[in-house]
Amino acid sequence: MNDAMRKGAGASAALLIVFLAAWQWGPGLLGVPAFIVPPLSTVAREFVFAWQVDHLLLHTLVTIGEVLAGFILGSLLGALFGYLLGMSPTAEVALSPYILALQIAPKVAFAPLFILWMGFTVYPKILVAILIVFFPVMVNVLTAVRTVDPDLINLARAFKATRAQIFWKIEFPTSMPPMFAGLRIGATLAVVGVVVGELVGGNVGLGYLLTFGEGQADTPLVFVSIVMLTFVGAIAYLAVILIERRVLHYLPARAIGGNL
Amino acid sequence: MPDAARLEYRNVTMRFAERSGKGRLTAVRGVSLSIADAEVVSLIGPSGCGKSTLLNIGSGLTAPSEGEAYVDGQRVAGPNAHVAFMLQKDLLLPWRTVVENVMFGVEIQGVPPTERRRRAQNLLEKFNLAEFSGHYPHQLSGGMRQRVALARTLAVDPHVLLLDEPFSAVDAQTRIVLQRDLAKTLREAQKTALLITHDLLEAVTLSDRVLVMSRRPGTIVDEIRIDMPQRDDPLARRADPKVNAYVARLMDRLDIAHASLEQPPAGDAA
Repeated sequence: MNDAMRKGAGASAALLIVFLAAWQWGPGLLGVPAFIVPPLSTVAREFVFAWQVDHLLLHTLVTIGEVLAGFILGSLLGALFGYLLGMSPTAEVALSPYILALQIAPKVAFAPLFILWMGFTVYPKILVAILIVFFPVMVNVLTAVRTVDPDLINLARAFKATRAQIFWKIEFPTSMPPMFAGLRIGATLAVVGVVVGELVGGNVGLGYLLTFGEGQADTPLVFVSIVMLTFVGAIAYLAVILIERRVLHYLPARAIGGNL
Repeated sequence: MPDAARLEYRNVTMRFAERSGKGRLTAVRGVSLSIADAEVVSLIGPSGCGKSTLLNIGSGLTAPSEGEAYVDGQRVAGPNAHVAFMLQKDLLLPWRTVVENVMFGVEIQGVPPTERRRRAQNLLEKFNLAEFSGHYPHQLSGGMRQRVALARTLAVDPHVLLLDEPFSAVDAQTRIVLQRDLAKTLREAQKTALLITHDLLEAVTLSDRVLVMSRRPGTIVDEIRIDMPQRDDPLARRADPKVNAYVARLMDRLDIAHASLEQPPAGDAA
């Protein structure tokens, strides 16, 4: 850890303390009522209450499960289409207008439709997450496959490599760093997709808890839900970074994903 | 003689579709050449004269428009296990260690793992890279990377090496060391090589013969036999005053003294 990093970490911790203190005493000093911005201690008490009475853990686990399912399925589909379209220019030309249209359409707008189709189950939430994770992964993999150095392919061909060998020994590993860049974006977007699905309809999950709190004018519960959602998103993001560090261990010592 | 040739081009012509899509552009016209076993031949010429095109044809990556190439008397109809090429770019795979990169070709060709590793370790020891076998390419200098690329090329034990400006991206001192390594290796292993280069001194010190190509459409306009000993020791050749006469002759044949930078070959396609 060098000097700049140590200083930065210290400043970061100081900022956290300032932020928490401002949250605790700021609203009172500024005369903001507790039903607008409840102080930290109220939110903390609400957290304990929600944990014991409102099944906060259950809601969190449901949301985590949906995020995980949506993220994994969306990533797999995105990677699969990325490789297929990357290797077949014909398929890309044929499908690109539709893929572009679907990419431009705001994916969260599909949430009410999916709820109409599948009811108040976990499936519409997972489906929104799949849709939203799909694109960053697909686009990054597609670009990676397209931009593989043709001389590398020729090198493998000169050694009489088969098409499958070229894929597994060159194209697939080459696509790993851009794919992880896409997965990092996808990890945070998956949470957005799931929450919108839960907001629109359902009776379980942190998004549901959020609307429930809103309906009760229970501002502390809304805050608790937001904090938990941030926590879920952070876990998803960190998990991707940890896997990325293992998979891309061969890259120069620049910290993958910066300091985050 | 043609039957004894390791690598042979018979009347090879290569045309490409022009970028405008209209006409056809002749890169190489009527090239015939023959390289005997264990002979090292250099090919020099202005940029865009189709030298690299000839190399791609020899390695079976592209088929000529007319004529054909032969390796060991067999017509080249596609990539061939007896030919290996090496480019200016080292083309090392960043996710593979040095030893894994050296094994890349033999792995594709299905050589058993223990034999692969044995060959790679031998080559790494020969090139003084044994202690780096577990390193990743980004941890090596440009000269070491190029040496790893040479080891990868030799690991498949090819009869013919096609070398396309293999040392033009490294600094002058490293280049001299790499040239010495290559010359020694080619002599010891009795390999046949076609070396494309822009470096006239490199052509003279490393080769038995130098072929001079014209501007596009590229044809062979001169053949100079380098009548000097010590093909395995380019440093000794450098010290020989005869080298200057050969370099002067090549410069004359390439018309370097009168060439001007204002005349690039129309629509470069090297």
